[in-house]
Amino acid sequence: MTAIGWFQIILYCAIVVALVKPLGWYMTRVFNGEATFLSPVLRPVERGFYWISGVDERREQHWLTYTVAMLLFHVGGFLIIYGVMRLQAMLPFNPADQAAVAPDLSFNTAVSFLTNTNWQNYGGESTVSYLVQMLGLTHQNFLSAATGIVLAVALIRGFARASVRTIGNFWVDITRCTLYILLPICIVYALFLVSQGMPQTLGPYVDATTVEGAKQTIAVGPVASQVAIKMLGTNGGGFFNANAAHPFENPTALSNFVQMLSIFVIGAALTNVFGRMVGNQRQGWAILAAMGVLFIAGVLVTYWSEANGTTALHALGLTGGNMEGKEVRFGIVASSLFAVITTAASCGAVNAMHDSFTALGGMIPLINMQLGEIIVGGVGAGLYGMLLFVVLAIFVAGLMVGRTPEYVGKKIEAREVKMAMLAILVLPLMYLGWTAVAVVLPSAVASMANAGPHGFTEVLYAFTSATGNNGSAFAGLTGNTFFYNLTLASSMFVGRFFMIVPAMAIAGSLAQKKSVPPSAGTFPTTGGLFVGLVVGVILIIGGLTFFPALALGPIVEQLASNANTLF
Amino acid sequence: MLREIRPAIVLLLLLTAVTGLAYPLAITAIAGVIFPTQAQGSLIEKDGKVIGSALIGQEFKEDKYFHGRPSATLAPDPNDSSKTVSAPYNAANSGGSNLGPTSKALNDRIKEDVEKLKAENPSQPVPIDLVTTSGSGLDPDISPEAALFQVPRVAKARNLPELQVRQLVEANTKGRFAGVLGEPRVNVLALNLALDGASK
Repeated sequence: MTAIGWFQIILYCAIVVALVKPLGWYMTRVFNGEATFLSPVLRPVERGFYWISGVDERREQHWLTYTVAMLLFHVGGFLIIYGVMRLQAMLPFNPADQAAVAPDLSFNTAVSFLTNTNWQNYGGESTVSYLVQMLGLTHQNFLSAATGIVLAVALIRGFARASVRTIGNFWVDITRCTLYILLPICIVYALFLVSQGMPQTLGPYVDATTVEGAKQTIAVGPVASQVAIKMLGTNGGGFFNANAAHPFENPTALSNFVQMLSIFVIGAALTNVFGRMVGNQRQGWAILAAMGVLFIAGVLVTYWSEANGTTALHALGLTGGNMEGKEVRFGIVASSLFAVITTAASCGAVNAMHDSFTALGGMIPLINMQLGEIIVGGVGAGLYGMLLFVVLAIFVAGLMVGRTPEYVGKKIEAREVKMAMLAILVLPLMYLGWTAVAVVLPSAVASMANAGPHGFTEVLYAFTSATGNNGSAFAGLTGNTFFYNLTLASSMFVGRFFMIVPAMAIAGSLAQKKSVPPSAGTFPTTGGLFVGLVVGVILIIGGLTFFPALALGPIVEQLASNANTLF
Repeated sequence: MLREIRPAIVLLLLLTAVTGLAYPLAITAIAGVIFPTQAQGSLIEKDGKVIGSALIGQEFKEDKYFHGRPSATLAPDPNDSSKTVSAPYNAANSGGSNLGPTSKALNDRIKEDVEKLKAENPSQPVPIDLVTTSGSGLDPDISPEAALFQVPRVAKARNLPELQVRQLVEANTKGRFAGVLGEPRVNVLALNLALDGASK
């Protein structure tokens, strides 16, 4: 670990925090339907969209209608991706002549992008056409991200409103989110990425004759436009197989730094949107602080472990940390930081191969995902995931003092706690359950690339990543088999929607409640005690759930690694 | 609920057209005008032929060139399309080794490379990046230490004084962005092209 390394980490955190307030202010205006500096241009487009699609922007929806609208929207999205993947051979923008994608792989990919997971069982440049990248994947990068954001906003409205039955209009929210927030940022961002060296072309792959006379086919494509939303929307599905480790997908240290910022910025700003909408920005800062504590702890462990290297490397006289699977332009620190960020948020882009991380260094990304990606988290999903933990923490605090718990003026009662528990328990059910199935099926075991405890970690990581809608991988695992295509798709589906529906139910039930003014007995939710309580509840619930599985994977592997036992 | 069906179809199609077609095509058009070189992939041409991309590593095996990092990229086996074979720096199929820290296969491979490099230059410690594969398998860079490590071999193969080769390495070393971000590095292709230029 070096001083310049720490400086990069501190600089990163400082810039994220500095962006929280301005972006939170802007997003609050967008979702309150107020005018912004872009309104003169975008307002006519927005109204045109409503007119053509028959949306009455003044009519708000009950939580159930809101949720159904969201689900219907996803059915169509699924059909578009599945359709263009199956038919890509007959459609334009296919200069590399990619053949139709197999049904199970198309199904997996469609669910993957729909659920904001962007798990890749396909290699981008070797499997899909430019049309699939744009029409199938780029568009769903926008819409699944927008969906996450608007659901979080709907839940915030549940907390902020009193005695009403509605939580907003899904169609209005998704349109405004896409037009006013995601698109403008992406246009500027994509052009910046091109300036750094990211290709943006519809031309065919380039055939080069190298200096030594060998043939090299260089895959290019409309990369920058997809990468911008891939990072900003915490989607993470790479244009190329190697994702953000690929020099075209992350050309410079600066592009890397900005990509890391763009993963966190919307998720972090949403805590400020929460604070503004419930009428006290300190409520938002308290949530961000709880996230920050967990984040810094994760960065510390991963950076230390990667900089340290392994006993096997030391035995060969090699120093300088674990560079296997990492790029020289990023080095140890930017690779470690990226790994923690991408799994804290549910991004899943990688700029280094997590499979080759040291055992402890790779355990932190795993833990981040198993905690439910609530450390900033996926755009929107992180905030509603965190608010579920807050509901539990408040409930625990209420039990301790024997009062009905309250949070931002709302009484937290049996219905909310049940829904929060349902959402939180369904995640380990999927990733632990399917891992257990996979390790006793010989055909599933055959997909492991590494022997010993590392092979187990690969499988656990895959199901954790899918359930958490992250999409990063211990990529050695051969996921493109019938078994993994279907089981991972089911994990992604359950992990997304079984969290969303309970969260929306909570939103609906909270919105109907009266607002209780704070009294002398109200537990203050803006101070250090509250932050500590939330962090404690997260770690205790998480620890009890998945610690045994970690003991079988990364923990035992670290011990083996220290003793220089190889498999 | 029924009145939600029309927006579910129409609004989806509108937003798909905007984000899936209009946006990427507009970015392609604008980028092609203001950043034409980068948008095409930062290609390097020599005598009218493309010899590679400034951002994509390529394989160097001859002694007279600086070598990049080992690459774990694969290609389909020409004899059996269901299998893959090693194909270093395959820029149409990026990827890493994905071998973990306790992998015997990885450790054996590193050990073999370390021994080869020690035989080549016993006077300096072996730099870690010269014996580990990158995440993409296309890493265009090596660390300045890894470049300096190879100076004696390259100088000998080219009959150039070591000092001159070392100066070329130093001239091609790029520092951190703004002195802070990333790591110092040497682009192998740029260095080798400079070397070819100097030897003429």
